[in-house]
Amino acid sequence: MPEQQKIIEIEVLRYNPETDQVPHPQVFEVPFTDDMSVLQGVQYIKDYLDGSLSFRWSCRMAICGSCGMMINGEPNLSCQTFLRDYYPGRVRVEALAHFPIERDLVIGMEGFIEKLESIQPYIIPKEARTLAQGEYLQTPAQLAAYEQFSSCINCLLCYAACPQFGLNKDFVGPAALTLLHRYNVDSRDGGQAARMELVNAEEGVFNCTAVGYCSEVCPKHVDPANAVNLNKTNSAMDYFLRFLAPKGGAK
Amino acid sequence: MSKRRPYVRPMDGWWRKNPYFVEYMIHEGTALFVAAYAAVLLFGLLRLAQGEAAWNGWLLALKSPWSIGFHLLALAAIGYHAYTWFKIMPRTMPPVIVGGKRLSAWAITGSGLAAAGIASLALFALVWGMAR
Repeated sequence: MPEQQKIIEIEVLRYNPETDQVPHPQVFEVPFTDDMSVLQGVQYIKDYLDGSLSFRWSCRMAICGSCGMMINGEPNLSCQTFLRDYYPGRVRVEALAHFPIERDLVIGMEGFIEKLESIQPYIIPKEARTLAQGEYLQTPAQLAAYEQFSSCINCLLCYAACPQFGLNKDFVGPAALTLLHRYNVDSRDGGQAARMELVNAEEGVFNCTAVGYCSEVCPKHVDPANAVNLNKTNSAMDYFLRFLAPKGGAK
Repeated sequence: MSKRRPYVRPMDGWWRKNPYFVEYMIHEGTALFVAAYAAVLLFGLLRLAQGEAAWNGWLLALKSPWSIGFHLLALAAIGYHAYTWFKIMPRTMPPVIVGGKRLSAWAITGSGLAAAGIASLALFALVWGMAR
């Protein structure tokens, strides 16, 4: 005998830039099973209730980082959050906090992309190498220095968890600063001096007041708060060492 | 023409929107008690410089029920501040490797709290010994 169909209420913060002045909530009643994620609930709405609902998603398995939303006020990947955990209550979904809403659950992420470019997220070789010299070799300890910080999937949950970014959009922010750190501590990289200018800058690490929520919400356990706060020490060292060995300025 | 019109949500009352932020604000707010207690001690130093009568007046003021109430409140607030301070400490430190393994966050927080507790007790015993 089939189980009785359970129905959950999903409240979505809707915003259509062509018709709405401000976002407004809309409630949908969605039939669900215990194995359904919040993302699947939102997909059900689009498929059967309102085709105009807009949201980003791709992999459905917490790898791509596309489906981040505020779920009952907390930033999370909607694909790894389950409807059953909210039933019989209502699930409130909203676009990631602190970002401009383009439409419904879709945020504008140009600001982040610009920051990501600014930290030069790639290995800048210490000296030119030819292919004939072969690959770089690293010890397990050298790998361990950056491995955790390289797990970032750019899902932006940490920015939605960071009130300092919400209050100051220029703050480079947790994920970009973490990736900056990831390259700076890579033994193959020689770009640290250039990146330190951004760490030391007005919009750099000292915007962080160690709220620590970014690390709580990170789905990949990257611990961005750790990377940002380690660079406060690095920045202070860089500042004082500058008196001993003058080098570049700050941005 | 572009139909884009991104909506920016206001940040008003941001810290009330999430229990984590409320806790953060309490943690930051308890720092004011640390400052207030430092001000009480500095005022005592000032009174000491002004002579014996002023110093005794300050000592007497400390014995008032208001002063004792404030000190109990400050002790609780500073205790909570210390707890949250050590709780965030693992996030601000480079990884600590002991015996080839990374020390857990709770081990770091626990060591910090233990060190603070032992230092407080030692200071208390020292002052107690001097006062007797």
